[in-house]
This record gives sequence, C-alpha cells and structure tokens, in this order.
Amino acid sequence: MTATAWKHKDLLGIQELSATEINLLLDTATAFKQVGERPIKKVPSLRGKTMVNLFIEPSTRTRTSFELAAKRLSADVINITATASSIVKGETLKDTALNLQALNADIIVIRHSAAGAAHFLARLLKASVINAGDGAHEHPTQALLDAFTIREKKGRIKGLKVTILGDILYSRVARSNIWLLTKLGAHVTLAGPSTLVPRVFEEFGCRVTYDVEEAIRDADVINLLRIQHERQRQTMFPSIGEYTAMFGLNKERFTRTKPDALIMHPGPINRGVEIDSEIADCSRSVILEQVTNGLAVRMAVLFLCSGGKPAAEGAK
Amino acid sequence: MKPLVIRRGRVIDPANGVDEVRDVFVVDGKIATAAAPAAEEIDAKGKIVAPGLIDMHVHLREPGRSDKETIETGARCAARGGFTSVVCMPNTTPAADNTGTIALIKQRAAEVACVNILPTGAITKELKGEELAPIGSLKKAGVVAITDDGRCVQNNELMRRAVEYAKMFNVPVLDHCQDDHLTADGVMNDGYWSAALGLRGWPSIGEVVIVARNVLIAELTDWHIHCQHISSGRSVQLIREAKKCGVKISGEACPHHFTLTDEAVKTYDTNFKMNPPLRTEWDRQALLEGLADGAIEIIASDHAPHCSYEKEVEFDCAPFGILGLETELALSLELVRKKLVGLSQLIEKFTVNPARLLRLNKGTLSVGADADITLIDLDRQWTYDVRESASKSRNSPFHGWKLKGKAVATVTGGKIVWREK
Repeated sequence: MTATAWKHKDLLGIQELSATEINLLLDTATAFKQVGERPIKKVPSLRGKTMVNLFIEPSTRTRTSFELAAKRLSADVINITATASSIVKGETLKDTALNLQALNADIIVIRHSAAGAAHFLARLLKASVINAGDGAHEHPTQALLDAFTIREKKGRIKGLKVTILGDILYSRVARSNIWLLTKLGAHVTLAGPSTLVPRVFEEFGCRVTYDVEEAIRDADVINLLRIQHERQRQTMFPSIGEYTAMFGLNKERFTRTKPDALIMHPGPINRGVEIDSEIADCSRSVILEQVTNGLAVRMAVLFLCSGGKPAAEGAK
Repeated sequence: MKPLVIRRGRVIDPANGVDEVRDVFVVDGKIATAAAPAAEEIDAKGKIVAPGLIDMHVHLREPGRSDKETIETGARCAARGGFTSVVCMPNTTPAADNTGTIALIKQRAAEVACVNILPTGAITKELKGEELAPIGSLKKAGVVAITDDGRCVQNNELMRRAVEYAKMFNVPVLDHCQDDHLTADGVMNDGYWSAALGLRGWPSIGEVVIVARNVLIAELTDWHIHCQHISSGRSVQLIREAKKCGVKISGEACPHHFTLTDEAVKTYDTNFKMNPPLRTEWDRQALLEGLADGAIEIIASDHAPHCSYEKEVEFDCAPFGILGLETELALSLELVRKKLVGLSQLIEKFTVNPARLLRLNKGTLSVGADADITLIDLDRQWTYDVRESASKSRNSPFHGWKLKGKAVATVTGGKIVWREK
C-alpha cells in the first residue's frame, strides 16, 4: 500500500472510491480496532480539532458511534440535531453550515433525509464533510463497517456471495454496500418485493431475484434490511405481515442457509418482521460486532479525512 | 416612430416561402413595401432576418413573485434572446383565473415590457383542477390560450368539458402533462440515475398517460390540445401517430430536454431540476427525431426563474425550473448544425407554428404585418454568463457554456428593443 493513496478531504460515498482506497480505509480501521481493545482507549491524533455531528434526521447508532470515534481521537465534539437547531426556525441547511464554518469546525458529519445533502455541504465548505447517511443515496461508513466485519469473519471479500434482502429501493445502506462489495469482487444478490427491488439495480453489477429461498441458499453473507416505513409510499406492498411471510428470515428459511453464513443487519432491527428474534441473537449473527467495528471504521475515516498518514501510523 | 430599413440580410420568412437576400422596410410599426424617408438603417449583411421569434411558454412571475422575475425583466430576457412575443403562464399569485389579473398583466406589459406579452388564462379556478375558470370571460379579456401549467387537470371529465367549452370560444387548450399519482414526490427521471442517486423517480409514464388522455379528448371533442414541454420519447410517438389520424394535438419541446439527459443530475446541482425532468438519451433522441420529422412543431423555453436562495438547498427541497429565454435560440440552432432540421424549418417552430396554434397575426414578414423582426448571427460564438442575464434570477444550467449563434438585434412593433453591441 502506498502512503499517498488517500487524497480526499470528504467522504461522501463509496461510489467515488477505488478498491485501493477502500482497502486502505479498512486496513487503517484494523489498527484502530486494537486501540479500542486497550485499557486506555484514546489517541491524540485529532487533538485540537472540532467535529460537528449535524444530524437532521434521527439516529442513535451512527451519531453515538461518530461521537465516540471522534472522542477516542481526542477531537472536540458538538452534536446538533434537527429539533434542537435553528432548522425548525426556518434556517436553511446552507446557513446552518456556514455558521458552523464560522466557528471553525474542522469536520462536519451530516445525516440528512435528502439525498445529496452531504455533496451540497462539501461544495460549500472548507471543512471535511463526512456523509453519515443522505436520504436513499449512500451511507458509506455503514458499508465500510459491514465490509470490515465480513473481512474479519471470512478473511476475504473477493469471491464471496453476499445477499442483501429487503427494501433496496429506499435503502442507502444497500447502495453503499453494492458499490463497495462489487468493487472488491464479491457477488452481490439483491432480493425482496419486486416493487422495492427494481430490475434497474442489475445495472450496478448485481443479480436481482424475487425468490428468497434461492437468494439465501448459497449465500456466504446475508445482510437484512429494515423496511423503511418513513421513506415509502403506501403503494409499495400490502402489509408488514405479508412482508414477514414472504421475505422475513424465519427459522425455516434459516435452516436452509449455509451453516457458516453470516447474518448481518445495519439496525435498527425489527424483531419478528424482517428477522426472527432468535436468529438475531444466534451465534452466526454479527449484528453487535458490526456496531463495535463501526467505531474503528469511523475513527479511520475521521483520521484519514483530517490528513492523517495512512496505515494508521497515528494509532501506534 | 422612426421608419426602419434592414439592409442586405438573408430574409427567411417560412410563412411566405421566402429565403433570399433582400431589404426589409418598416413604416409605422408594420412591414412595408418601400423605405420611408429618413429611415434608420441596420446593416444585416451576413445575418439572418427572421420574423420575430415567439416563445409560447414562459413564467414571468408577475403578479406575486416579482423577486424572481417581473414582466419588465422577463421581457428584456426575451428581447436579448431574440424573442418579440412571449406567452406567459397563469400560475401567478393570484392565479390568472380571472379577468382582473389578465387586465393587470396587460396593463403592466403596456407600461414596461419591450416585447409583446401574451397572457394565458387558467383552465380551472386557482389551478386546482376542481372547477372551470371563466374561460369565455378570460378570452374576452385577451388570453391567447388556457392552461393550468405547473399543474395538470387530473379529472378527465373536467378536462373533457374544459376542452369542449374552450372550443366554443376558439381558445386552444395547453396542457402540462403530469399524472399526480404516478409522479408523487418525484424529483428526477425514474431510471438508472434516480436509482444510483437515491432520488425519487418521476417516470416517463407519468407524462405519457396524460398525453394519451389528451389525444383521446382532442379526438372526442375535435378541438386542439397542445401538450407542453414534452420530455418523453413515447409522448412524441403518440403525438406523431395521432396527428397522422387528423387529431388536433400538438407538442412543444424545450432546449434543455433535447440537449441534456438525466445523467446531468449526478452532482445534485439543482439547476438541473425541472418539471418534467431531464430524461434518458433514448428520450432525447426521440425528441430530436420528432423535431426533425415535424411531430413536434414548436420549441419553447419554459423559462422559470427562481431566486438563488430557493435553489441553493437540498435537491429534494429546490423548486422545479430553469431560465431559458437567453440560451434557447443558440441551443436550438444546434439542430440545424447537426442537420436535423433546416434553418427555415427551425424558424417555423419559433414563428408560424406557434402563431397558427394561438391564432396570432404574427410570425411572418408579410407586408402589413406587425414589424416584429429578429436578426440572427449564425456564426457568433459566445459564452453564456448568467451573472449578466437580464433576468432577476440566476438559475441556468447553461452558465459558462460556449454557444454558437445569437440574436444580434430584436425589433418589436418596429422598435429596436435589443441590439448586440
């Protein structure tokens, strides 16, 4: 790996990254994961830097993960959520962002319900902009932590069969995963109701199927997605009950998966809807390890986008 | 008013089958047979002298949103772009669904506009698609057509009656073709790019079903429905077939739809957000084909100014629409350079064709006609700088584009209202 491989001030999506850059991020995260296992979990890499968590859409996992990641790198952290901000008073995103810039924020982590919101900020600001999820577009750190987890468990990504099951159309997690996994040479299958898994996704290098049994049979990894009630029109499918019956990962379907298939979920999980409660807690489920790995991945992202030297020199 | 002589230009007047180098004379605001004494002269050598161009689809925002545009600034944009007449849409505040608003627009136009402002009236009250607007009275007040542009009448029975009723007054019906359910929350074309960008799709079928509906209503009522800003290839095909069967249907195309595709949205630049949205390369080619074979008879801009602060927001939140009047001619001349249409055929789409549809005594250089004239330099190379636009707004996707061909003088009613320095 070359020391010059990371050139970005922002992380807006996976689509614009090369396989080399993705691997660099993952390798850097490996080093940071070790930091999290030490008694003293803090390194001084971002001391004196200010990170703003600008969350215009609700989130628990991602916001706390970024906050803790920044704190472990010794950055100062401010959290801004939509209800507590001037956005409810009618301030535009542009003005909010320019105000944060006036406070000399170094990194802005943005979560927003509108696709492209992170790109919009990155064009406006000198600060690093990290996309923590923009509408149905991308959620790059989620895809990175998913890949990190797969790599850790399976030792590789290239050649693996990964099935993403659920609401693909409205899922930013699906899109970021598709870009990342196909760039690293995995075989991606998408499955779910035809209204939520349109054929156009085949053009991204995936296989699309509406036969769940077939989709999960040979999979090395099964990544389950939540039904995004908040983004959906009413016409997309009949009911949650029908979804569970036709597409949910229940015990019967689970017995027909490969014995070493990983079960993943970006959370929040809806027990008994897309995943049987016991399966969510079973030994092949890595849902909580994904959360742990998210911290290391976000440390790596913050570190590299702030100009840190690759291969995690700062973590040693 | 000083008489005018336009010397030695290549006069292209499609209505009269004219394409020859000669002089054009203007006396008392009308085209004349010979020069009057002490006439002002314009040397048009090497230039095209065309009937004044007509843009039958613009938003002037007055009354109600004069922070975006006014009748005065919109008219100046038109003059710079070579247009001597513009047809303004009724989605103002208040809507042009009453004779008072039409009178106001006409009065303001008489006071401040340097080109002809031809108002349209609404099909339905407040453009709500629920009750008919007073179409007969609107016609008496001076509208050239009716439309709910910006909205589309969803109720097919109401649309049928509107067309039947408008026929009685010889008023053509223009329609913004959009099925509200199929396009709910859509912000860009539904396809590869909307899937990649995570933006809500506004599918072609949302336009095409309404074009099909309009074909059937035009056939039933034997009256003219003109489909505005056609973006989809299937719409072009439907219009072409229906016209062959003698149905009174027509369509217009906008330069942005035949110049750009939905790939342009990939940077989330809101200057590529308009309604209907940019479509695929297949649709773009179908529009070009329609323009070439005459299925699409009219080119219009859908000039839709918006304030910068309204456009500098998240893509989902931005209003639809872009400026068009100043770049329209140059972008359309590209069709001639690519040999898709002849120069005379292109000029028809800006002159006689809209004039015929709207029953205007314009679009020709016949002796006695209003002296609306556009001088075009086909070879002029220029760069569009939106910061120098005559518009009050700056929302153009063509800022910085190197263009070829430009209106160098615009004459409205015998008066020079724009002249390139």
